[in-house]
Amino acid sequence: MIKEFTLPLKKDELNHLSVGDIVYLSGKMFTGRDEAHRLLLKDENISIPFNPSEMALYHCGPLMEKKGKKWNVISAGPTTSSRMDGFSSDFIDRFSIHAIIGKGMIGDQTRLALKNKGIFFVFTGGAGALAADLITKVDDVYWLDELGMAEAVWLFTVERFGPLVVAIDSKGNSIF
Amino acid sequence: MDNKKLIRGVVDLIKLAETTLPIDVVCALERAYEQERGIAKIQIETMLKNVDIAKKTDRPLCQDTGVQTFFIEVGKDYPFIGQLKPCIVEAVKIATKEIPLRPNTFDPFTRRNHKDNTGDYIPAITWDFTTGDDAIITAIPKGGGSENMSKLVMLKPLDGMDGVKDFVIREIKSAGGNPCPPTVIGIGVGGGADLAMKLGKKALLRPIGMHHQDKAIAQIENDLIKEINKTGIGPMGLGGKTTVLDVHIEKAPRHPASLPVGMVVQCWADRRAKMTLHADGSFEMMNHD
Repeated sequence: MIKEFTLPLKKDELNHLSVGDIVYLSGKMFTGRDEAHRLLLKDENISIPFNPSEMALYHCGPLMEKKGKKWNVISAGPTTSSRMDGFSSDFIDRFSIHAIIGKGMIGDQTRLALKNKGIFFVFTGGAGALAADLITKVDDVYWLDELGMAEAVWLFTVERFGPLVVAIDSKGNSIF
Repeated sequence: MDNKKLIRGVVDLIKLAETTLPIDVVCALERAYEQERGIAKIQIETMLKNVDIAKKTDRPLCQDTGVQTFFIEVGKDYPFIGQLKPCIVEAVKIATKEIPLRPNTFDPFTRRNHKDNTGDYIPAITWDFTTGDDAIITAIPKGGGSENMSKLVMLKPLDGMDGVKDFVIREIKSAGGNPCPPTVIGIGVGGGADLAMKLGKKALLRPIGMHHQDKAIAQIENDLIKEINKTGIGPMGLGGKTTVLDVHIEKAPRHPASLPVGMVVQCWADRRAKMTLHADGSFEMMNHD
């Protein structure tokens, strides 16, 4: 079934999505991969200048280009989610993550952390140019100097971002 | 030859590789699209749509523009041999800003990003010397997600070809969707540990559908394709019939005590482009054979 939603997903929307559903999401997402996980979990008192629970977490290290003062997205497909497995359950709990977009399998610990709370969506790996076309606005970037382009946290507004496949649903079922 | 002309040529070569998927890969994905149903078909459809967007807009297919990797065959009478390496390094720096490429080279100890896709030993260049007065540069930018699934095993000689097959199938099963299947697998058999891995990567230069000229080895390639596609891992690991697009084997003699096998995994975005340079300073490039 093909479904369209606006982020953040409501509780009943989370509950109604099942493994194998094809979904398109609109709204806000933030990117976070290896170094962002390490950085945000390292310091208990870190102040995050946005609300992660209202967005999707996108496992992505985008290719960006700065024209004047404006950042443009050139290519922004997903990165391998299992690399973050050692951090993901803490990250989900601490920042109330309810939607993760990535690629590949994720570990059992991450699956259990999402149970009754959130969904893991797979986006087609390598589809960077298509993803860039679905990002309508670059809202902000954090820790760019510290982490560099790929590892920084980028805030994007997306429009009908997909096709996403529900790979882990909020009941704990997995497509893998 | 003017260095500027050579540098410009290599920037164009990298751009061709990053933005335009070789026709043999596109055709293989189109065949997979015909065979697949449901979620698997949607994955292949999305890949093909992305290939089309990247080509039309001159943008890298994937945000992971890879580690810049080149295989070079130089004829002994090619007159500009000394210019090749410095010009390639300079071209990588320019390409990073101009195409652009993601700055993908980090110092492993300090975590510092070099910002221009160069550093010690990078771009990675493999040299081979032949006869004649041409030079051929193949660009094969290599993404991290698939490279992470690459592996070396030092089998016992008595494990034989069954051991080689078992190793490859076991590793591909455990990799699942991580290397962005349908993948292309390069396998180096023989040599030492380093040569087996190098041959695995070199095997990826061969276009999809071109098998080893030794029929017995070509048969092993075909057996592996069938066996791997039976696993049902499918496009992006979400289930389906197409887990590999091709398997390529290269071999070298082994030591009596060793049977090294180097497996190098390439994602569906099997990016390659080739440039042929002549003694008169002219060159041409293409990304299909």
